[in-house]
Amino acid sequence: MLSDAWLIARKDLKLEIRSRVALNQVIPFAILVLVLFAFALDPDRGLLEKATPGLYWIAVLFSGLLAMQRSFAVEAADGVTDALRLSGLTPSGIYLGKTLSVAVQLLALEVLLGVGVAVLYGTSITGWLLLVATIVVATAAISTAGTLFGVVAAGLRVRETLLPLLLLPVLAPVLIGSTRAFEAALSGTPSEGWPWVGLMSVFAAVYVVAGIFGFGPLMEES
Amino acid sequence: MTTETVGSVEASDNGPTSTGSRSTMILGIVTLVALGVLVLFGLILSPADENQGEAVRIMYVHVPSATLSYVGCFLTTIGSAIYLWRKSRWWELLAYASAEVAALFTAFTLITGMLWGRPTWGVFWIWDARLTSEAMLMLLLLGYLAVRGLAADYQVRAKRAAIVGLLLVPNVLIVRESVQWWRTLHQKPTLSLAGAHIEGLMLFSLFTGFIAITLVFIWMVIHRFRVAWLEEQVDLEGLDEAIAERRAEGVVS
Repeated sequence: MLSDAWLIARKDLKLEIRSRVALNQVIPFAILVLVLFAFALDPDRGLLEKATPGLYWIAVLFSGLLAMQRSFAVEAADGVTDALRLSGLTPSGIYLGKTLSVAVQLLALEVLLGVGVAVLYGTSITGWLLLVATIVVATAAISTAGTLFGVVAAGLRVRETLLPLLLLPVLAPVLIGSTRAFEAALSGTPSEGWPWVGLMSVFAAVYVVAGIFGFGPLMEES
Repeated sequence: MTTETVGSVEASDNGPTSTGSRSTMILGIVTLVALGVLVLFGLILSPADENQGEAVRIMYVHVPSATLSYVGCFLTTIGSAIYLWRKSRWWELLAYASAEVAALFTAFTLITGMLWGRPTWGVFWIWDARLTSEAMLMLLLLGYLAVRGLAADYQVRAKRAAIVGLLLVPNVLIVRESVQWWRTLHQKPTLSLAGAHIEGLMLFSLFTGFIAITLVFIWMVIHRFRVAWLEEQVDLEGLDEAIAERRAEGVVS
């Protein structure tokens, strides 16, 4: 299962590196979101700095959605889904591989957006340990749920509109948790943030299990 | 009596052929009587609350429908799980029917809650944990219904919706938990029903509300289930007819 996962993750990441869609479209979109927030909330009033945790995670979710949609769009063309099914790889391996590749892309996005808010919003970054833990756990939560709902919406004509509707309400606890944890870290009270990291770990664990068991039936169908 | 009605649907292998039957008709009459009793006690016999005034009467339908919206979610998850495990169409349709009725009850809960909130708090909406999680429940249900209503084969729709349905209760629990933490870390919960003591005729009215609204819920789920069953039946027969027609064309030429 794990070697299958590794194979799929490497394939997907290689595809992303070669196609440069993440680099040329998703990353510029993420930066665009940061700039749009600045237009919407006047930078002079200090709102941007105060709202940094929320804006940061909204930007991650929206640009992450694009990465997740792509993760299944690449499989939909040319009957790759059938090929994947015939390949003999275990469905749970495929799920974990897809999750891993989405997680790697999300991490890259998050690092970039972190630099973005520090530079553009003038947010001073403190509480590194909590920040890193939050990013790791939230990334796990977003990519495990995103990959599972990604395959639910995959191959349908309405997938672009269906995935956000399915995924964003489900990710509400992750948005609440990661934002509160970031607020705690940035305001210098990290002890308030750790329970949220715990909650998001539970979330990620639920989705890993659901994905490992649910991916098989979802792959079987036509 | 209500269990008998559900049981009779379960017992017949071929499923219902119409949406009404003798037992659901009796159930429907009992439901109407219960609603009549609720109107009598809720609007006429029970007194106005000393704090909430006349608005307290909304509670007699609001609280039961909020409870049943969660019951509906629970049924959807159970039905989805059994469908994935046993490939039972009966349970899949039960999951679908109860999700749709639950969405209706959730909407009703939100609307009655807002109508109660306006005179009581002065605003339609506050970011209270209970309100927020009910709204999130609505969105999660709409997601399930969007998948279930896809224009695709029954197998595709049902299987994908079942995965979403299976995760419905875990999602609702995690969302509730996180929203509760979120609100309580910042401020004290704004509304607490536990503090308000309720007794006598008001308690009885609430009790009547629970019975009447539960009967409405059961009646609706049974009928929605039968409509869904008939819809699938029509789809299947339509397919068979189309195939037969194409075959007939082949014979003529």
